[in-house]
Amino acid sequence: MSTQAKRQLTMAAAIAEAIGQEIERDPNVFVMGEDIGKYGGIFGATGGLLAKYGKDRIMDTPISETAFIGCGIGAAADGLRPIVELMFVDFFGVCMDMIYNHMAKNTYMSGGNVRLPIVLMTAIGGGYNDAAQHSQCLYGIFAHVPGIKVVVPSNAYDAKGLMTQAIRDDNPVMFLFHKGIMGLPWMAYFEGSTTEVPQEAYTVPFGQARVVREGNDLTIVTLSQMVHKAEAAAQQLAQSGIQAEVIDLRTLVPLDRGTVLKSVRKTGRLLVADEDYLSFGLTGEIAAVIAENLDTVRLRAPVQRLAVPDVPIPYSRPLERFVIPQVESIAAAAKKIVAAQRPEGMPA
Amino acid sequence: MNPSNEHLVWMYEKMIEIREYEETMTKVYLEGKLPPHIQKGLAFDIGSGPVPGEMHLSAGQEPVAVGVCVHLRTKDTVVGTHRPHHFAIAKGVPLAAMTAEMFGKDTGLGHGKGGHMHLFDPAHRFSCSGIIGASLPPACGAALATKKRGEDNVAISFFGEGAANQGSFHESLNLASLWKLPVVFVCEDNKYAISVEKTDSTSVAWNADRASAYGMAGARVEQNDAVAVYEAAGAAIERARRGEGPTLLEVKTDRYLGHFQGDAEVYRPKGEVEELRKHDPIPRLGEQLRRRGLLNEASDKALRARISERVAAAYEYGRNSPYPKPEDALKHLFV
Repeated sequence: MSTQAKRQLTMAAAIAEAIGQEIERDPNVFVMGEDIGKYGGIFGATGGLLAKYGKDRIMDTPISETAFIGCGIGAAADGLRPIVELMFVDFFGVCMDMIYNHMAKNTYMSGGNVRLPIVLMTAIGGGYNDAAQHSQCLYGIFAHVPGIKVVVPSNAYDAKGLMTQAIRDDNPVMFLFHKGIMGLPWMAYFEGSTTEVPQEAYTVPFGQARVVREGNDLTIVTLSQMVHKAEAAAQQLAQSGIQAEVIDLRTLVPLDRGTVLKSVRKTGRLLVADEDYLSFGLTGEIAAVIAENLDTVRLRAPVQRLAVPDVPIPYSRPLERFVIPQVESIAAAAKKIVAAQRPEGMPA
Repeated sequence: MNPSNEHLVWMYEKMIEIREYEETMTKVYLEGKLPPHIQKGLAFDIGSGPVPGEMHLSAGQEPVAVGVCVHLRTKDTVVGTHRPHHFAIAKGVPLAAMTAEMFGKDTGLGHGKGGHMHLFDPAHRFSCSGIIGASLPPACGAALATKKRGEDNVAISFFGEGAANQGSFHESLNLASLWKLPVVFVCEDNKYAISVEKTDSTSVAWNADRASAYGMAGARVEQNDAVAVYEAAGAAIERARRGEGPTLLEVKTDRYLGHFQGDAEVYRPKGEVEELRKHDPIPRLGEQLRRRGLLNEASDKALRARISERVAAAYEYGRNSPYPKPEDALKHLFV
């Protein structure tokens, strides 16, 4: 198959394609979840798969997350490679025991004797006024629990490669896609997430962040939909003469600390932009990477964090826009960092 | 249990009010969500317009709400679902504040924090949740509270047939039966859990039959009919008030609209809704009222005009109320 064929795919279509190709490649791969069959997944991640691969491989489930995620864990332990969809990440509350006490721990508790090649994929993110129970990101919670690889793509190319990698991994992987970059016909999205995607199967390795844009004045570390907001902010900043380097983490577990450090050593300034909650999460973790390496990183300004300010996501539009970092708030925070003067007496 | 004339008229009026409310919402919800007002290439934008986000409407399911809530007092508790408007209206939640909440306004039930799936009205003992199966445990809690205080209030948990496959359903039924709680579990079987049909998701034809596994009374209501619901719910609520424990009711009802507005309903056979609408429960109850001499053409017209005015006023209030200030997002985390 030629790589010359250029086609644009939405992130939803890219994920579905990766799953379809792995279903063809490996008879052990199958999908379970709510509305993933006839409906094609509420966010399109399994669009068209039922018609192609039938009910044995594409299984609609009852609304019984503990049962079907637990079933996925058991099937994985027995040699199958299930891909299980949890419709919204917010719904993990009804099934977290299976995820964090079993999926995340059985390999370790068995001294490495149990393999769990399961992918748990789920929708994250707000921005369309769906309120507190349908708008969260929560990847920080899963990254906090040891034993789960955590993948959070920002575009179609990465999503296909990361999904293929996830399915072939012998460990549990959570794959979290932001609704506002899936390219759905019923939800506004960042068009930069629809990219050229090669036809043939390929993998994107875990633990390798992507430098989206190079710059010398400050580093913006981000992921998922926020990558597109950071890019737009970086363009605005460039017009003010500020060159921002934007880093897309792509995976939280494993975390590419090296790329973050390399960039901040160059720029001396760090802004972390995140759609998850502020405290005890991703932004603090990235800040800690810098704090733990201050012997080799010379900061020219204090680290800044932008995230949801420790409140649930409110419904009303002006409230939601206030709590979720936007292009304008990223640009404003970046300007503030660059303008920050080192206090008198502080070593340069 | 035969409904009194007063109860029949109340149920008829509330069903019309609910229907009018939901039909108005189908139009208001679409404002600003269609081309050319949205991102190019999109057919619809869920996050645009004066009422953004998901919208789950209950047109067709009115008999379940009115047939149960007609028996309730203000101090009885109702816990609804992600499709909550019919329950809220039947429980007496003020229309204006509820509508303002859906417009995201400061005058809304939750100052714009909750939106349509998260309506909280403690004064009328009403709440709901966007999480499937989340109505049963809190209803047990309200029932436990009334029992501990020695009052004869009851709690109602409404949920869909899809929720009956959640752990919370089974755990709550066991708990309620074990502790003889004054709670009535009301399952609305509208056939679909989003796209998945009951026959593809549930191991039994009737969830009501699951009651026996927990040692509690179960009852089936086979028709989407307000009086049929009235009779079954009345008996269950009376039993609960007498301290004789919980009941599981299941009502076959009809969802006329999509799971949410904007749902293309690819899973639904063509013509199904048209067929369902032929057996609409509102004209059927109207006919019963006429036979009893409780309604004629003129009084029906006057009644409908009053309701239209009430619903329109609520929407105007919601539309014209002020938004909260952006920084109000930081308020109300704790009291």
